[in-house]
Amino acid sequence: MFAETLFLGASLIAIIAAVGMLVSRSPVRSALWLILTLVVIAGLYLTLQADFIAVVQVLVYAGAIMVLFLFVIMLLNLGDMPDLEQVDFKKGLGFVLGVAVLTLLTFIGTTAAVDFPAHTADPGPTGTASVIAQSLFTQYALPFEMIGILLLLATVGAVMLAKRKFE
Amino acid sequence: MEIPLSWYLSLSGVLFSIGVMGVLFRSNLIIILMSVELMLNAVNLTLVAFSQYMGDVSGQILVFFVMSVAAAEAAIGLAIVIAIYRNKLTVDINNINLFKH
Repeated sequence: MFAETLFLGASLIAIIAAVGMLVSRSPVRSALWLILTLVVIAGLYLTLQADFIAVVQVLVYAGAIMVLFLFVIMLLNLGDMPDLEQVDFKKGLGFVLGVAVLTLLTFIGTTAAVDFPAHTADPGPTGTASVIAQSLFTQYALPFEMIGILLLLATVGAVMLAKRKFE
Repeated sequence: MEIPLSWYLSLSGVLFSIGVMGVLFRSNLIIILMSVELMLNAVNLTLVAFSQYMGDVSGQILVFFVMSVAAAEAAIGLAIVIAIYRNKLTVDINNINLFKH
């Protein structure tokens, strides 16, 4: 019973924060709402016993990536967008398409056969750092190295893009 | 762990749809990038939920990779935003129509 209440409260906060991100007029407020969503999702990872992923979520997403976003927003000195007041065709279409995606996902989620043997045999710890590292450095060693190269390329590319002089 | 898997999937679907709406009807480039991050997070939640309910660690490895790619995407995307801003002094996508002409 406690777990259900916890999950429902957390998901309510996550959805409210995501909607706040969507409707805020100031980009800084949007970023702060998104940080709240990400932290709540990290809490949901903890309820799934994915400790390592939860910590990485807080460190990488709520820490590094969102700080980068806030840094760029403040660097560009963006004010409030005079937005979301007028409802035109594009916004109506966007709303309709978003609701369509939601109904599609709900339909798939409720009708697809997702009856896994959830509680039968305890699979043991699946979310601790040692279990993940065991798999990451043996079975997935090559993708791990490729991710390293990708991050290096992204860093070099970001520097090149940001310092290039356009005519 | 008595919460049904479908609850996690529903929450993930709702968050993903909010992200889709953000991409479709906000016109600020930075908020569109943040909505993409929200969609990636919704998918990550699905992956972790499936990984836990199947007792297989591979889903969480995939989440790890998705996070790395999201970091790379944020870095490149924000660099492009800065380059566009220096060129056109706006981040409103209605004013960025270089390929239209």
